[in-house]
Amino acid sequence: MVPQDLRYTKEHEWVRIEGDLATVGITDFAAEQLGDVVFVDLPEVGRTVAQFAAVGVIESVKAVSDLFAPVGGDVVETNAELTSKPELLNSDPFGKGWMLRIRISDPTALDGLLDLTAYEALTSEA
Amino acid sequence: MAQANDAPLATPLADRHQALGARMVEFGGWMMPLQYTGIIEEHRAVRSKAGVFDLSHMGELYVEGPDAAAALGYALTTEPANLKVGRAQYSMICWPEGGVMDDLIVYRLDDERFMVVANASNASVVSDALAERLAGSHLILDDRSLATGLVAIQGPLAQAILAPLTGLALPDLPYYSIAQGDVAGVPALVARTGYTGEDGFEVIADVADLGRVWDALLEAGTPLGAVPVGLGARDTLRLEAGMPLYGNELGPDTTPFEAGLGRVVKLGKEGDFVGRAALEKASADGPRKLLVGLMVRGRGIARHGYEIFLGDRRIGVVTSGTQSPTLGQPIAMAYVTPSEAEPGTIVDVGIRDQRVSAEVVPMPFYRRPAKTTDARA
Repeated sequence: MVPQDLRYTKEHEWVRIEGDLATVGITDFAAEQLGDVVFVDLPEVGRTVAQFAAVGVIESVKAVSDLFAPVGGDVVETNAELTSKPELLNSDPFGKGWMLRIRISDPTALDGLLDLTAYEALTSEA
Repeated sequence: MAQANDAPLATPLADRHQALGARMVEFGGWMMPLQYTGIIEEHRAVRSKAGVFDLSHMGELYVEGPDAAAALGYALTTEPANLKVGRAQYSMICWPEGGVMDDLIVYRLDDERFMVVANASNASVVSDALAERLAGSHLILDDRSLATGLVAIQGPLAQAILAPLTGLALPDLPYYSIAQGDVAGVPALVARTGYTGEDGFEVIADVADLGRVWDALLEAGTPLGAVPVGLGARDTLRLEAGMPLYGNELGPDTTPFEAGLGRVVKLGKEGDFVGRAALEKASADGPRKLLVGLMVRGRGIARHGYEIFLGDRRIGVVTSGTQSPTLGQPIAMAYVTPSEAEPGTIVDVGIRDQRVSAEVVPMPFYRRPAKTTDARA
């Protein structure tokens, strides 16, 4: 069940837009594909990130994958709980497994994100 | 046998894996289950209860005849002639240059009958090498890899689950031994061997019968907490147990001495064997690198291929690494220069763009609690 009010990326991340803040996580599809997540490396708060740049790392038992910034801007908060409980990405990817918040620098860049219909079309091909 | 350019082979249990919702992966020329419910959950089930594994991709090579023991002694680094009937030994087959072609388990089924179990990815290479090395001896080499399946049950409850399904007296079957019997009504070889660090058994049966063995083990084991386990957890289990994997810790560029397995190279045995001259020289010269265990002390997971540094000097490379489900810490195996192999040595692992501190530690990372088994090694 993928929430309706979010935007998505081809890298299987979700974005919740509230004002100029974007909260970012990975989708349940991504979590399922990765398997048990055991390590998360997040960018430092205050860092300025470019849209679609690699800003962090998610490691499961078997695999290493990059975390990309779905929007450009300043990192204003990261989910510190993931350091000790990376498994939240598997158990609650759309909730307690959120990863970071970015203050959006360029709202027009949101056009580069997918809506639910487009994202579901993407995952149904996989 | 499977060649690299062939489509992957299906195990005789492929339908069952699909019904269980397994995620499948190609490994060693076969489509094998990577995981069913999740690697960590499966790993923990094996450590606390039991796990059932489909290992039909392993190669089973039978060597039978009056020359079998002596000829295997020429082909391998160990002395199968010293094995008692019903016992097994961990062995290696080496290239003439001394590097490892594969690690093997040799079972003596009868005076003149042996079974050699090889890794899937190497089964055809080993089969070809044995055919060449055994040529001219009075024996038959029968590669039954495709006709034979293997199901393992591993974990502290393995014996309790398997015992009611077989007429064999499992408490009388010591660690590294094998017996011919029946499991779930089908003829089978039952060996007390494994690759997890737990007590357990490997059941070898004809492909056509293997499904009955698998079903019976899961039916008997599920109420006790046993689960099917894929190759993902098999890898984390063997890594915690400090067991090498061909392609990671073992390969043609590595001698058994460097892998810390010099005990399986019987330089004192009579007669020549393939690799003897090179291995005698390697033993005299000393290792160029040594396999060590690493505990990562900083943040990050050391993975296969990551480089190891001491100051600015590159001193080695990680061969296997993961987050240990049992210890809750990142563990790894690595080759380092022999002078830096002492436990307690602090090194750096290059993890992406960072240097992360790690400590050389003795292996294994995990040892099962004593007295969970009747095995007498």
